[in-house]
Amino acid sequence: MAPHPDKPQVYHPKMAPTWWLKNPRYFLFMMRELTSVFIAIFLVVFLIQIFKLSQGPEAYASFLEKLRSPGWIAFHVVALLFALYHSFTWFDLTSKVQIVQLGKRRMPPRLVTAASIGVWVILSLAVLLLFFLL
Amino acid sequence: MSERKTAEPLWWALFSAGGVVAAFLVPIHLFLHSLAAPLGWIPDRLISYDRMVALFGHPLVKVYLFFVIALPLYHWAHRFRFILFDLGLKGLRKPVAVLCYGGAILGTAGALWVLLQV
Amino acid sequence: MPEPTITLKVTRYRPGQEKAPSDQLYSVPYHEDWVVLDALNYIKDKIDGSLSFRWSCHMGVCGSCGMMVNGVPKLTCAVFLRDYYPKTIRVEPLENFPIIRDLVIDMSDFMEKLRRIKPWIIRETEKPLAEGEYLQTPEEHETYLPFSMCINCMLCYSACPVYGLNPTFLGPAAIALAHRYNLDSRDEGQKMRQPVIASHEGIWECTFVGECSEVCPKLVDPAAAIQRSKVSTTQDWFKSMLLPWKTK
Repeated sequence: MAPHPDKPQVYHPKMAPTWWLKNPRYFLFMMRELTSVFIAIFLVVFLIQIFKLSQGPEAYASFLEKLRSPGWIAFHVVALLFALYHSFTWFDLTSKVQIVQLGKRRMPPRLVTAASIGVWVILSLAVLLLFFLL
Repeated sequence: MSERKTAEPLWWALFSAGGVVAAFLVPIHLFLHSLAAPLGWIPDRLISYDRMVALFGHPLVKVYLFFVIALPLYHWAHRFRFILFDLGLKGLRKPVAVLCYGGAILGTAGALWVLLQV
Repeated sequence: MPEPTITLKVTRYRPGQEKAPSDQLYSVPYHEDWVVLDALNYIKDKIDGSLSFRWSCHMGVCGSCGMMVNGVPKLTCAVFLRDYYPKTIRVEPLENFPIIRDLVIDMSDFMEKLRRIKPWIIRETEKPLAEGEYLQTPEEHETYLPFSMCINCMLCYSACPVYGLNPTFLGPAAIALAHRYNLDSRDEGQKMRQPVIASHEGIWECTFVGECSEVCPKLVDPAAAIQRSKVSTTQDWFKSMLLPWKTK
């Protein structure tokens, strides 16, 4: 097409599918989104673990044996790190969005994040306690 | 109005609820059931078959586990859908959405069924 | 003693002469108190008059000198050479926009989107002039004040990968401005903006990368505006689903 004198040829840059490797902040964003995949895989495995309970003691024991394999342990260590990253980023982002009033003033986002982490610690301890005591 | 026709608010609400549940409760459960239990860090009598059946068979625990397992699946569905868009699957918006949310709904049904078995 | 210099690697694009942009190196005198825009003006005045770029106020108000500086969207009047010296500074046109020439981008898409969200005070019925102003308390003023600081510099669009991937996305500044008017106690136009905001090209496209708020030179925080709009739109949606008779 010949360039029209009134309509200069505009250049349209294209975005590569690897855009998230371009800077560390985009990369961390992608890792944050990826946490959901690790969490979902853990939940499916957890669900199978519960299912095995309904299949009798042998089935349950052999499933636990499988989870003991280095591959699964390695996966779950990585998954735990991703899960913790999700928790931290989630508390951090929601604190920026949520407006928590403290009387007439807005509670600083950092304080809201700290409070969320506090609740997270309490809930985790509660789950542990209930699991061991019930 | 167009705002009412889109189901986006529903998916987003489920995503948010799942994100909250995952943030507060998934790390401890992951540590407990997928690391501490298989690695033998918990005394045997506490994770014995009979005790686990009694614990996971309790109706209140079942309701709790249903939400802990099902809701984060929608968190996955929503984020995974946008990961696929981000990686360039823009042309397949409908199939990607059906696959992701469909997977979460399937998982919800699966969770319900498994928890009723115990 | 020779005067110290600094090198700028500047994107050139001359439509009709070349198919794609290329880089050109310029060596300019280094001054501690120069901003990147000063160096560009030096090039234009003393080295190469054909270099094209936009600027106007040179004081962070007009929002027209936005460019990528070492890969980050910046107002070039607000970044100093001394923060990069003695390394080469890379200057590119704002990302995610079509390039018209050199560092000049096509902003017509943004202008059209801005118009679509009706960024002005809408009243259901205007009261006559004789009745005076629409009054507002300092607290009411404060609720939307941070979102009213936008200078339409488009740095947030440049930082937003969602906009880069999908140019139909309404984008950070437009949604932040819609939010600003929706929050304004004098405004009654939320219902008119909502179809645009709550559409697929509106808030739902955002994945909360958060970079828009990071690069904003006026600390507007469009990311928070978008997420808050998601929360309120979701609440309205559930209300209209559960209590359809309560909404028109």
